[in-house]
Amino acid sequence: MTVVITVPSSLDDQTFEQVLEQLAPVAADAKVLIDARHTTWASPYGLTALLTLAQSREVKPLFQGPEKDETASYWSRAAFYRYAEELFEMHGKVPPTRPAGESGTLLEITPVSRNDDVHTVVERIKTKAATILTTNLRLESRSVMGFSMTLSEACQNIVEHAGRGGWVAVQNYNFRKRMGRHVVQIAVCDAGCGIRQSLESGGRRPMSDRWDDGIAIEAALIAGTSRFPDPGRGQGYKGIKGYLAKWNGKIAVRSGTSRVAILPDWDDEDVVRKDRLAPMPGTQLLIVIPEKVDR
Amino acid sequence: MVRHTIDVCAVLRSAVNQTYGNLLTRSTGMAVRHQIERELAAIREGGITSLDFSHIGMMDYSCADEVVAKLLVLLENDDPTRGGYVVFLGIGEDHLELVESVLEHHGLALVCMCENGTPQLIGAVSEAERRAWEMVRSRGHAAPAELADEFGFGEDFVAEVLDALSRRRLVRWASGSYLALGAVDVVQ
Repeated sequence: MTVVITVPSSLDDQTFEQVLEQLAPVAADAKVLIDARHTTWASPYGLTALLTLAQSREVKPLFQGPEKDETASYWSRAAFYRYAEELFEMHGKVPPTRPAGESGTLLEITPVSRNDDVHTVVERIKTKAATILTTNLRLESRSVMGFSMTLSEACQNIVEHAGRGGWVAVQNYNFRKRMGRHVVQIAVCDAGCGIRQSLESGGRRPMSDRWDDGIAIEAALIAGTSRFPDPGRGQGYKGIKGYLAKWNGKIAVRSGTSRVAILPDWDDEDVVRKDRLAPMPGTQLLIVIPEKVDR
Repeated sequence: MVRHTIDVCAVLRSAVNQTYGNLLTRSTGMAVRHQIERELAAIREGGITSLDFSHIGMMDYSCADEVVAKLLVLLENDDPTRGGYVVFLGIGEDHLELVESVLEHHGLALVCMCENGTPQLIGAVSEAERRAWEMVRSRGHAAPAELADEFGFGEDFVAEVLDALSRRRLVRWASGSYLALGAVDVVQ
């Protein structure tokens, strides 16, 4: 029997939880159909998380993409289908795959599994990012270096800790619903071992009875704990947080059954920590940098 | 005094065979540091080496931790009589904050040359260390007795502070005097 998992019409980091909730009671080796026919919008997080979800299934899932041509075309331009066709058994209409670099997105979905991939990602986005940050987000030019650093450190987490490849995507869009201004969103998702297991593998679990995914994420994100004993480790998240604090950005890390976020004042809808979520293998990182507003 | 310059971008290109000129990722940093260590070992006896970052584009924390912090830790733990003094060149405004953060994380400091050629001390130093370093820098070289009055503490205290700076390779001791790294050429 094939279990149908319905993708919400608007797919982002919040609504992706609905996908995971439907999937939670389904055995990992069960056949599932990811039904995105009625989806009309997806964030970089939504698209990369869908690929990650497919990676985590024991049996190749079926996939039915958006019926709306405009949406399907965007997903294709964002390179979703380029990788989805390897991970899903495709059903229904599949738009033609576009050549790399034709998307108009800031960074189309890009696989990350080696250090070279991190260099390639940063180099590929460099010029476009500088334009978007200084023009659309109206940030000072010194924000550009920190943006590359943020992207590099976020992607390195996959290479250093996940144990398997993941995906990164970056997009600039007008966040009308929540903020009425432009944002740049970075999504970095993998289906690897997750933060809790990563820290356990390095013997970095604290000497306490309290230990779960949420505490593990806080240890990594807030305290800068790494599975490596090297005292220089853990500076990546510290650097990202410093950059986001300066430019009023947001970061949310989901791993296992928890999600921890560091929220700027403009985000009064999200919460700092969520536990007992539906399980999801690996680590999913969301970073949002907003347009600067005159106060 | 012999001065050598290592172009960090050239090392990067040779160590990891990439053309971008960006100091990104920990493994890249490790490869670059290992090559710098080999070059320093070959040229270090009594010398001061300038590490030139002028042609470096992007930089991240992981790579800076490997290239800057781990190199300084290694030098600090080495025998100071073997030389191994380094001055950093071409660390622009874009990189400065990141490098300072990495240094603070480890309690390290380094001497870098400003664009106008003035040596600058960045990283984790005490107020007394910074003051003593500035006094040596402005004079080019100084003995503890020469600084004691201006410092406002006894000669022994000043000697202790300068010794600490010397162990951290932020000044160089020679012939009864402490030399500012950026000014060594002048007084030799």
